[in-house]
Amino acid sequence: MSTDGDRIVMVEMPGIDPEKCNGCGLCVDVCRCHAVVMVGNRVTIINTKLCGWCALCEMVCPTDAIRCAYEIVVEERSGKK
Amino acid sequence: MAVQEELIKSIVYFSHLGPDELTSVQRFVFEKTVERGGIILFEGEPAEVLYFVISGVVKIYKTSTDGKEQILHLIRAGESFNDVPVFNGGANLATAEAMGPVVLYGIKKTALATILKDCPQVSLNILRVLSEKMTRLVMLVEDLSFRHVTGRVARILLEYTGDGGAQRPRLTQQEMAAMAGTVREVIGRALKSLEKDGSVRIERHRIIITDKQSLQETAGLAG
Ligand code: SF4
Ligand code: SF4
Repeated sequence: MSTDGDRIVMVEMPGIDPEKCNGCGLCVDVCRCHAVVMVGNRVTIINTKLCGWCALCEMVCPTDAIRCAYEIVVEERSGKK
Repeated sequence: MAVQEELIKSIVYFSHLGPDELTSVQRFVFEKTVERGGIILFEGEPAEVLYFVISGVVKIYKTSTDGKEQILHLIRAGESFNDVPVFNGGANLATAEAMGPVVLYGIKKTALATILKDCPQVSLNILRVLSEKMTRLVMLVEDLSFRHVTGRVARILLEYTGDGGAQRPRLTQQEMAAMAGTVREVIGRALKSLEKDGSVRIERHRIIITDKQSLQETAGLAG
């Protein structure tokens, strides 16, 4: 999925801003692929291709700490980085 | 777990109530827990219970005849749902689903008259809650009916298209909503409609512009 030339890049995952996160755990509860987990009282995102970018974690986060951002590209250029 | 007065106080409907009033409300409140994905209310069924979210998030949505889902609200702790049909005696206006494990407090329709009689403050709180919901719904209706949002989203996509350089600004649906002057619930629909037109293709975290000219036309920009 996210391979680029000879460098294997891990699957892109949603990002968490630990400064904004209040540890409420709502994101953990909604993620169907267990990509969002609580380690101690910190939310961590595990790299997994099972994450289909449903953005439920972002949607329920009350503090906007999670971002499921989209990269916008034009088709003919999408192979080039 | 028993219904707790502290939690009742955290519900907007029951804010600013005195201890006696809270006790009289508490008598009518029952707790319900729902697992992720559990349907709490089905659209079209008779509305019997007014619900409040104590923990978790509830998704309120309508489904079109062709199976498309339109989210109307996400209801969070302290907020209510199903108010309107419970008050006007109609059927549930939308379906309510637990997005994760959810704890709810419920009050049966039949108990509401007593509560309103005993606690006039609740009526004032209800007016506030309902007017806020109404304002939000009117905005949603506007954005869903007058297709301008799709044009605005098309424009945003064109503006934020990566140029092949390493650092491209990336946008969340929330950010697109803020830029388009709408609510997030409308963005998913706008993106789907652009995908249906053949202007873009959405692949996981990527929006691929497949027909720039058609996107420019939707955006109202000369091709
Ligand atoms: S986008 Fe969906 S699948 Fe991916 S981490 Fe968030 S909730 Fe889980
Ligand atoms: S929903 Fe947001 S605030 Fe709550 S634990 Fe997840 S990232 Fe943190």
